[in-house]
Amino acid sequence: MDWEGQKLAEQLMQTMLMAFALVAFVTGYLLGSFETVLLIYAAGLVFTSLVTLPDWPFYNRHPVKWLDPSEAEIHPKPQFDSTSAKRKASNK
Amino acid sequence: MHSFGYRANALFTFAVTILAFMCAIASFSDTLNSPTPTAHVQVLSINRFQKRPDGDDEVSMTFNISANLRSLFTWNTKQVFVFLAAEYETSKNSLNQVSLWDYIILEKEDAYFRIRSTNKYRFIDQGSNLRGKDFNLTLHWHVMPKTGKMFADKIVMTGYRLPEVYR
Repeated sequence: MDWEGQKLAEQLMQTMLMAFALVAFVTGYLLGSFETVLLIYAAGLVFTSLVTLPDWPFYNRHPVKWLDPSEAEIHPKPQFDSTSAKRKASNK
Repeated sequence: MHSFGYRANALFTFAVTILAFMCAIASFSDTLNSPTPTAHVQVLSINRFQKRPDGDDEVSMTFNISANLRSLFTWNTKQVFVFLAAEYETSKNSLNQVSLWDYIILEKEDAYFRIRSTNKYRFIDQGSNLRGKDFNLTLHWHVMPKTGKMFADKIVMTGYRLPEVYR
């Protein structure tokens, strides 16, 4: 799952759960049955889990672009100079 | 949110938070209900009124209870516990309560009832104070909700009097 996918998964999770909670509560209140609230919300929870937990392909539409290996060769990593380090240590 | 476990944890936490919030609203919706229960108790007869060997007074009576407690039920009500208590004052205690009868109402349909019963639990005074005693019959109830706060209230019915002599 790429960065955009993680953002999408979190937003989907929050909006879906809140939407299901709202639907469940309003339906249950109108029907006068608290059991209905729990049933609809549980169903919504299962559905939201199926949508947001697995790493579905649509969460991987923005793959991270790594730098080209040649770029690393043009700007090489600074080398650690062991002789100068030893000299500093002896000066102390 | 980068792994299955993190997503599952976030989902579960958020879901339980919303659930707690819904339960709180459901409990709050109970306070919007303003019930208008009615109750009436008629004492039909004093079957037995004696001094026990240990010196305490005991009464056995038959009464009619008619009550309409349907307005106590809301969508968030699990059950209503209702009990009838005899309440009277003695020189030693300003309030004596003796439970005579109780019932657990599970359905709204059962909350409108008319019952003839003798006292289910023994009406015994701690002492010998009941001859000619004025007493109240009080119908207490406790509303037990599915989620949230319990409610309790009562209806006091006055004007009952025990006989002057044992029988």
